[in-house]
Amino acid sequence: MSADPKGVLTGVHFLDGDHACCEGALAAGCRVVFGYPITPSTEVVERIARRIPTVGGVFVQMEDEIASSIAIQGAAWGGQKVMTVSSGPGISLMMEHIGYAAMTETPCVFINVQRAGPSTGLPTLAAQGDMMQARWGSHGDYEIIAISPNSPQECFELTVHAFNLAERFRVPVMFMMDESVGHMTERVVIPNPEQLKIENRQPPTGPKEEFLAYRPKKNMVPEMAPVGAGYKIHVTGLTHDERGYPVMTPEVQHGLVVRLVDKIRKQRDQICINEEEQIEDAEVVIVAYGITSRVVLRTLQMARDKGLKVGVFRPVVVWPFPEERLRQLAKQVKAFVVPELNLGQVVLEVERIAAGDAKTILVPHAGGGLHDPLQILQVVEEVLR
Amino acid sequence: MAASKKNSKRKFRGEVYIDQERCKGCGFCIEFCPTHVLALADSFNQKGYYPPVIADIEACTGCDLCGMYCPDFAIYGVKIRLDVVQEEANHEC
Amino acid sequence: MSKATNPVESYLRMDRMPSIWCPGCGIGIVVNCFARALQQMGVDHDELAVVSGIGCTGRIAGYVDIDSFHTTHGRPIPFATGLKVARPDLKVIVMSGEGDLVSIGGNHLIHAARRNSDVKVICVNNFTYAMTGGQAGPTAPRHSIATTAPYGSFDKPFNLPFLADSTGAVYVARWTTYHVRQLTRSMAEAMSKPGFCFIEVISPCPTIFSRRNRLGDGLDAMRYYKNSSKVVNGANTRMVGLDLNGPIIVGKFIDRDRPTLLEAMDEEIGSKLGKRYVPYATTGVQR
Repeated sequence: MSADPKGVLTGVHFLDGDHACCEGALAAGCRVVFGYPITPSTEVVERIARRIPTVGGVFVQMEDEIASSIAIQGAAWGGQKVMTVSSGPGISLMMEHIGYAAMTETPCVFINVQRAGPSTGLPTLAAQGDMMQARWGSHGDYEIIAISPNSPQECFELTVHAFNLAERFRVPVMFMMDESVGHMTERVVIPNPEQLKIENRQPPTGPKEEFLAYRPKKNMVPEMAPVGAGYKIHVTGLTHDERGYPVMTPEVQHGLVVRLVDKIRKQRDQICINEEEQIEDAEVVIVAYGITSRVVLRTLQMARDKGLKVGVFRPVVVWPFPEERLRQLAKQVKAFVVPELNLGQVVLEVERIAAGDAKTILVPHAGGGLHDPLQILQVVEEVLR
Repeated sequence: MAASKKNSKRKFRGEVYIDQERCKGCGFCIEFCPTHVLALADSFNQKGYYPPVIADIEACTGCDLCGMYCPDFAIYGVKIRLDVVQEEANHEC
Repeated sequence: MSKATNPVESYLRMDRMPSIWCPGCGIGIVVNCFARALQQMGVDHDELAVVSGIGCTGRIAGYVDIDSFHTTHGRPIPFATGLKVARPDLKVIVMSGEGDLVSIGGNHLIHAARRNSDVKVICVNNFTYAMTGGQAGPTAPRHSIATTAPYGSFDKPFNLPFLADSTGAVYVARWTTYHVRQLTRSMAEAMSKPGFCFIEVISPCPTIFSRRNRLGDGLDAMRYYKNSSKVVNGANTRMVGLDLNGPIIVGKFIDRDRPTLLEAMDEEIGSKLGKRYVPYATTGVQR
C-alpha cells in the first residue's frame, strides 16, 4: 500500500535528523503523537506540533513521559499509528509502557535521540549508551525491534520502516538515533507517496463470534481488532490466554512469553538489515552502528590506503541482532573491532556470536564526542600485527 | 384497565430472582429491601455462603433495589403488572 | 424459581464470574450501577470503552463485556485520553481505585482535568491499597491503621472532589455504594456530558480496611454510609473532606461547561491556520 499523500512532503530538503524523523512518521501515516520535551529530541515534537494539524493529525504535549508512552497506546488501540519521542531520562520513565506494549502487542514507535548518561548526563552530546536499555530495559522477558540510523536521510526512510515493522509484528519499535544524527543537517530526499511502501496491522479476517484477540496467526502475530467494532476485546498487561483474559498459570505464561519472544527471534531474517563494506577479503571487520558507522568509514579508507584488509559491518537494525551473518564472518576473519559510544554493550553480542572463532575487541568511548578514526585504526593495526 | 383498578388497589406485584450459587453472602439485599421480602437462608451454597431466600413475596414491589445492591449480580427484582398477568391467565384458560 | 438472567448480564463477561472481589466489597455494586446506567441510557456496547488501572477496582475492565483495557498502575487516564483522541466518537470511561488514580496516577488526573480531556472517571475510594494487603493510600483517613501505618496514618488525606474541582473537572460528584440510584443517575449524567467528569464512590473494603480498623464487615460499612451520609448538592468541595467514621457529604457538587481538549484544540489551531487546518475528525477515523 502506498502512503497517504497528505503526510508526504515530497521533494528535496535540507533537514536535520530530528526533523527528518518527524517527516518519516507523517509519511508513514502517524496521526497521533503524544510527547514531552527533552534535549536532544525536542525538535521532533516541535515539528510534529507544527506539521500534524495540517495533515489531519493530533499532537498533545502530555504532563510527562509516562503519560506520553501510555497515551499513544490508547490511540494505537483506537486504530491509529502512533509514536512518542524522548531521550535517555525520558525513555527510562517510558520503560513501564514499553513492557506493556510488548505484552499487549500494541504497535508503536519510540524515538530515542540518545545523549550521554547515566542519569541527566550530557544532555546536548552524543552517546550510544541506551542500546541494552532499548533491548531489555523493562522487566521480564520480551523482544523489541531497534533501528539505528546514521543520517537524516535514513531518519526519514527508517522511521517509515519502523512504523511498518511495528504494524507487521505488533511490537514496540525503538528508533535509536543519537544526538549527532539528530542534530546533523543534510540533504533529505522525500519521494512521491506512491514510491513509499506502507504496511498496516492485520485486521480480523474470520467471523466475529469466533475471533480471539490473542490467537496467533502463521507469523505468530495475532490479528488486531479495532475498538468499537463489536469484538469486545479485553487487553491486559497480566499474563493472558488467547481470549485476552488473565490466567495465572505457568503453562499460559510459557505459551505467551515464548511466542512474544519467538515472533521476533525466529523471524529475524525478515527484520534484520545490514550493510557491509569491503568485507570479501577482510581479515578484520569493524562492527559499528549509528553515527559510529560513519566515523569508521574514514578508518576503513585509511586502513585500505595502508593495504590493510579491513571491512565494515553495520547492523542497521540492531535488535534483533544479525546472528547468522556475524557467525559466518567469525569463521572468515581474524577479529571484530567494535567501537561504540558506550563502555561495551553491543560488543557483548558480537563476542558471544564469535564464540572464540574470531577475537572481539571493544573500542569504548564514554560519550560526549565521537571516536577519532585514527584511534580505531590503531586498534585494527594492533590486531593485524 | 378501569376494571382491574376496581378489583385491586395494587397495579403491580413483584418477583425476585435469586442465583444462590453466585451469592457471596454480603447480606446487602436483605438489609436494604424496603419491604423486607428477603431473609438469610438456613443452609449455605457450594462456596459456603448463606444466600438470601424469599421470606415474604407478597410484600415485594419489584423495585429491584436488591438487584442494584448486589455486588455479585446474583439477585434482581421485576415489577409485574397485575392486569397483564390476569389477562395472560385468562388466555391460558 | 426460574434460572436467573439478570438484565445487567448483557454488559458483563459472565464467563469470568464469580469476580475476584471479596464478600461485602462494594466494587461489584459500582459495576452493577454502571451496567444499569448503560441500560437506562440505551448505550450500545460498541459506543464505549472501559479503561482501568491496577488494583482491586482495576479489575473492573476484565468483567465488562465491552472493549476494555486493563492498563498499568496509575495510567488509565492517559491511556483513555489517547483512546479518546483517536476515537472521538466513543465514550471512554475510566474505572479505577483511589490508590491508582490519585496516588501513582495523581499527576495524570490533575492534568486530564486541567485540559478537560473528554473521559469519565469513576474513582472507587476504599481508603486503602487492598490488593496488596492494606497499605496506606492517598485518602487514608488520619489515625486509620494500615500495614504501612501501623500506629495510625499521620499525613493529610486528599479530598477528592476538591482536587477534581480545583483542577478543572466539569462534573464532580460523590456517592457511596449505599446510594445506588443516585450513583447510577450520576454515571449516566457524566457519560452524557462532554469533558472531564469525576465521580468518587466511597466503597467498603471489609477484608482489609474495615477489619484492620475494627469497623466491622461490609454490611456495617453500608449502614454507616446510610446513617452518616448527607446529600448536599452543590456543596463547596473544600468542605467535603472525610474523617475516619465521620460524616460523609455526598451529592453532585460541580456541573459546568467549558471546551474539551479537542474542542479547544480545534478552536485555537483552526483560528490560526484557517484553511490549512485539517481537523482530525474529518480525516476518517478507522471504524
